[in-house]
Amino acid sequence: MENYLAVDSRRVTKHFGEGETRIEALRGVDFEARFGELSFLVGPSGCGKTTLISVIAGLLERTGGELGILGRPMDELKGTDRVLFRRKNVGFLFQQYNLLPALTAAENVAVPLLAAGQEWKQAVPKAKELLDRLGLGHRMDALPKELSGGQQQRVALARALVHEPRLVVCDEPTAALDSANGEAVMELLAKSAVHPDRAVIVVTHDTRVFHFADSIAHMDDGRIRDVTRPNGAAHAPVHTQEVAV
Amino acid sequence: MNFIALRMLTGDRAKYFGLVFAIAFCTFLLENQTTIFTNILKRTASQILDVTDAEVWVMDPKTEYFEQTKALKDTDLTRVRSVPGVEWAVRLFKGNPIAKTLDGKFAASFLIGLDDATLAGAPRKMLMGSWQRLREPDSVVVDKAGYILLYPGEPLELGRTLEMNDHRVTIVGISDASAPFVSLPVMHARYSEAVNFLGRERTQLSFVVARPAKGTSPEELTRRIHERTGLRARTTNEFMWDCIRYYLKNTGIPINFGITIGVALVVGTVVAGQTFYLFTLENLRQFGALKAIGVTNGRLIGMILLQAGTAASCGFALGTGMAATFFEITLNVIATRGIVLMWQNVAVTGACILFVAIVASVLSIRRVLVLEPAAVFRG
Repeated sequence: MENYLAVDSRRVTKHFGEGETRIEALRGVDFEARFGELSFLVGPSGCGKTTLISVIAGLLERTGGELGILGRPMDELKGTDRVLFRRKNVGFLFQQYNLLPALTAAENVAVPLLAAGQEWKQAVPKAKELLDRLGLGHRMDALPKELSGGQQQRVALARALVHEPRLVVCDEPTAALDSANGEAVMELLAKSAVHPDRAVIVVTHDTRVFHFADSIAHMDDGRIRDVTRPNGAAHAPVHTQEVAV
Repeated sequence: MNFIALRMLTGDRAKYFGLVFAIAFCTFLLENQTTIFTNILKRTASQILDVTDAEVWVMDPKTEYFEQTKALKDTDLTRVRSVPGVEWAVRLFKGNPIAKTLDGKFAASFLIGLDDATLAGAPRKMLMGSWQRLREPDSVVVDKAGYILLYPGEPLELGRTLEMNDHRVTIVGISDASAPFVSLPVMHARYSEAVNFLGRERTQLSFVVARPAKGTSPEELTRRIHERTGLRARTTNEFMWDCIRYYLKNTGIPINFGITIGVALVVGTVVAGQTFYLFTLENLRQFGALKAIGVTNGRLIGMILLQAGTAASCGFALGTGMAATFFEITLNVIATRGIVLMWQNVAVTGACILFVAIVASVLSIRRVLVLEPAAVFRG
C-alpha cells in the first residue's frame, strides 16, 4: 500500500442475503483515497456508495477483496479492536447530523473524546474551542433543536474532527441543506478537515459542490466506473499547508 | 458516558416522566393491593395479637383458628397451670352476642371475656375511660369502630347503656382495638359477666392464655402443655399464622386478591417494561451513532442499565411514596383502620420492579447489540 493512500481497496465485494434474496451491493470495487485530499464518491441512489463508505469506515464487514485503511489491512482488525481503531482514527459526518438531542452543541462535539475515556472537564473545553474556530462560539450551549440545519451540520463537523481522526467519512453532508448552507458547510469542510495527514471521503450526488473535490469517483451498479481529478491533482498530497484543526 | 446516558434519559421530559410515572403507578398498584391483602389476612388474628400479656394460647385439640372454638372444661385451666414453666395461666372467653342500644339499633359483636382477677388480655390502647373500670359491675369496653357502628354520627361518650341477652351493661371505656376480620364491634368484659351476655352453655371456657415462666420459651411451653394435657397449645405467632392459613385455604380471598394482584403485576410490568423498551427503540438512532463513533458494546450496555436503573429507582421511590401517603390518609378511616404499608410489601414490589427493569433492559440491550452501526448512514 502506497504511503500516500489512506484508503486502498482492491476488488472489494459485499453482498447482502443469500439465494434469491441475495443483493450484490459491491461488485469488485477498486477505490483509493489519498491523504490531504477531498475524495468524492458520486453516483445514483442504490449504486453502493453508502455500502462502500460503511465498509471503509469499518461499520460493515466486506465479503471479499482486499482493503487497507491508514496503512493497515482491515483483516488485522476484528471485534473490539476494530471499534477502538474506528474510535481513534475515523470521524463521521452524517446526512441527518445524528446529534444527541439532549446534549448541547459543545457536549455533542465532546462525545468522541468522552467515548475515548477523556474527562468531562478536559473534553468539553476542547470541544468549545473547536466550535469557536468553526464560528459557533455563540451557540455552544444551544440544544440541536435550537440550531438551524447549517449550524447543526457544523456541530456535526466539529464532532467528526474533535478527536483529530486521520480519516473522515461524510455521507451526503449537504443533502438536507439549501444551496447557501451546503456551500458554506463544504467550504468549512475543505478548510478545516483537509490536512496532509488526513483523508476526507464525501459521498454525495449534489453536483453543486463537486468543485470542492480533489478526486471524484463515479460509482454505478456496485463498481467504480471512473475517477476524475477536476483540479489535475498528481499522485501526491496536494494540500500541504497546516490547517487549524 | 454515564452523564450522556442520564441526559439521554431525562432530555425529553415528556418521555422521561411518562416512563417514571408508568413505573410509579405499577409500584403503587402492587404495593396497594399486596398491602390490603396482607393486612386483611392479618385482621383474622387481630384479637390474638391484641392480647399482649400472654404468649401462649391453649385450646381444644381440634381448633384450627380463632373463630372456631369448642369450649374447654374448667379443669383444663388447672391442668395447664400445673405444667412446669407456666408463670401464670388464665381463662379467656370468646363469644358473639347481640348488642342492642336503647334506640333499638343492634349488632352482633365480638365479646372477649377476661379473667376476673387479673383482667389479662384487656385492651391496652384506650381512647376514653380505662380498662381497669371493667371491675365495675355490668361494664364493657367497646372499640371505637363498634361504638360508631352502634351510635352512628354521635360523639364518643362513656356511661351509655347497651342490652345484651337481657342484661343492661354500661360502656366504661372506648378502646382502639385492632380491626377484626369482619366489621363487628369488639367488646371486652369480665369473664364472669361475659358468659352471661350470651346464651348459657354447659361449658364456656374458650381459651386458656398463659405466660411462660422466666427461662422457658413459649415454644417449649406449648410443647409441654400439649404433652401433659393433650390440649392444643400455640404461641401467639403460631396461632396468628394458623388463622391466616385457615382463611387462605378455606375462603375465596386469596383467589380474588391473587387475580387482582396478578392483573396489577401483569399490567404494571407490561406497561412499565414496554415504555422503557419503546424509549430505547426511539433512541436507537442515537445508539447507532454512538456505535459508529466508537462506543463499545460494553459501554452501551452500561448506559442502558444506568438508564433503566435510574428510571426504575425514581419510579419505585415515587410509587412507594404514593402508596405510603395513601395508607397514611386511610389509616384513621374506620373501614381501613390499621392497614399499613409493611416493609415486606415494599420489598416484594421492589423485587418485581427490579425484575421488570432487568427484562426491559435485556430486551433493549439485545436491540442495541444487534443494531448495525452502518444503519446510521441510512436516512
